Amino acid sequence: MGEIVLKGVTKRFGDVEVIPPIDLAIHDGEFVVFVGPSGCGKSTLLRLIAGLEDVSGGKIEIDGKDATETAPSDRGLAMVFQSYALYPHMSVKKNIAFPLKMAKLPPAEIEAKVQAAAKVLNLSAYLDRKPGQLSGGQRQRVAIGRAIVRSPEAFLFDEPLSNLDAALRVNMRLEISELHHTLKTTMIYVTHDQVEAMTMADKIVVLQAGRIEQVGSPLELYRTPRNRFVAGFIGSPKMNFIEGAEAAKHGAHAIGIRPEHIRISTTEGMWKGTVGVSEHLGSDTFLHVTTEHGLLNVRAGGEVDLHHGDSVFLSPDMAQLHRFDKEGGALK
Amino acid sequence: MARAVTPRRKALVTVLAWTIGLALFFPILWTVILSFKTEGDAIASPLTVLTTPFTLESYHVVQDRSNYFLHFWNSVVISLGSTLFALVVAIPAAWAMAFVPGPKTKDLLMWMLSTKMMPAVGVLVPIYLLFRDLGLLDSRIGLVVVLMLMNLPIVVWMLYTYFREIPGEILEAARMDGATLKDELIHVLTPMAVPGIASTLLLNVILAWNEAFWTLQLTTSKAAPLTTFIAGYSSPEGLFYAKLSAASTLAIAPILILGWFSQKQLVRGLTFGAVK
Repeated sequence: MGEIVLKGVTKRFGDVEVIPPIDLAIHDGEFVVFVGPSGCGKSTLLRLIAGLEDVSGGKIEIDGKDATETAPSDRGLAMVFQSYALYPHMSVKKNIAFPLKMAKLPPAEIEAKVQAAAKVLNLSAYLDRKPGQLSGGQRQRVAIGRAIVRSPEAFLFDEPLSNLDAALRVNMRLEISELHHTLKTTMIYVTHDQVEAMTMADKIVVLQAGRIEQVGSPLELYRTPRNRFVAGFIGSPKMNFIEGAEAAKHGAHAIGIRPEHIRISTTEGMWKGTVGVSEHLGSDTFLHVTTEHGLLNVRAGGEVDLHHGDSVFLSPDMAQLHRFDKEGGALK
Repeated sequence: MARAVTPRRKALVTVLAWTIGLALFFPILWTVILSFKTEGDAIASPLTVLTTPFTLESYHVVQDRSNYFLHFWNSVVISLGSTLFALVVAIPAAWAMAFVPGPKTKDLLMWMLSTKMMPAVGVLVPIYLLFRDLGLLDSRIGLVVVLMLMNLPIVVWMLYTYFREIPGEILEAARMDGATLKDELIHVLTPMAVPGIASTLLLNVILAWNEAFWTLQLTTSKAAPLTTFIAGYSSPEGLFYAKLSAASTLAIAPILILGWFSQKQLVRGLTFGAVK
């Protein structure tokens, strides 16, 4: 079991309220991602769940029991930190064995569990090394090993991939997703990277200034963002926003259209523009087009042969148009 | 851009550095040379001193007149004892200040350091009276306590600087892994801070070994360490140069050897946090 429920949880540092009252339910076995720009309170929220920070108000329930005042070690949660937080003076084996040693398990059982975890994470060959002798990806695996070895109720990941290079990040992302399928344990994952959120989550919690902006599955957030912030944050490249007369035509303060929902043509279309920078990725081409409504990003096919200075016409897919009111709320 | 270092400039700096180094070392060297002379030769003009024969006479006299090994042992007990005692008190204190700082932590640290700015003689009378009433005069345990208190601010400061270098996330990871505060200190923090603790220990042993004010005021014979032993040979009148030099050499030799072999740790200890 690994059900975590937050009821009116708040956090204040002195007079500053970093987390206004939050209600959130995380179901057993779910992969939940907290995503938002830096400083939005996502790591603080995770630390409140972990017990590394005290809540200023509200209640945290784990598996139906009030855990608000419970010590971090007694919450049955395991955490993987951004810096890996490995014990540098201990070998990989001792690092992974540490939580079991603290739980005073018999040595034979510790040995068996460490070997099993090392096997799952491909670390068997490195058990006698010190963390300093490992690569970034291996260190991250040790940190995960230390977390899985004690079979926690839930895993907490605090931006675990931020310190890895791009290629390794993609690999580790897959490994963590795979691990979730194998273990079927609740995972809460904090990231500022919306691609990680979209690719890994069952449920995404979008945060801004400590507030929950929207909770939903990746595609729900992509298709029906509740407000302009979520619309702009989810999706890559970002959604284009147009205000003024063009928006008023659609009865809105602002309209939003994703780069993949704009058709591009050299002969006809709604909005005339000039191609600026074009990024050819092979599979896709991202074009930055200057129009009378401002700079718009357009996603075109990989074989599109358009270059700097070319005149083009853009047409939005009307079915995919998002409308927002003055306060940024989505209009139905 | 790196500054260009010409061979001439390099030679000049080398000569300058050696000159300063030798000038600083000269008094110690001269003390050692004098200790191997007779009293008569020791007061002769410097050039004559170098030409006269070497002798162990002064060392024999010093050993006959006082019990070197008793004082040596007292120095060992007092310096090591006060240092270990200080570490036992300072490790938890520095842990608290480094990892759970409060709004007044900085002030507290400054206040601790400020006690070192007061001349020791300012508290001589109350401490002397306390020692007299508690029967601690001329006792090793009394000196251990006093030197521990005197050096505690420096020990706390040094450990605090070391601990601050240890990422707090590692301690949080330990907490998540089920470590109690005791486990955290024993299994995680202390092993990680071993180099820092070793440097602090070494420096503090040296400070305590060389401490002369309290040891001279509070001991006479039984608990007297080597500083008191040297002082016993200083005299405004008479021929005591060679014997004083022999006593000094005997007193500083152990700490000099310790310092020589732990140079690296000491330099690291003194510059830790300043340069990384």
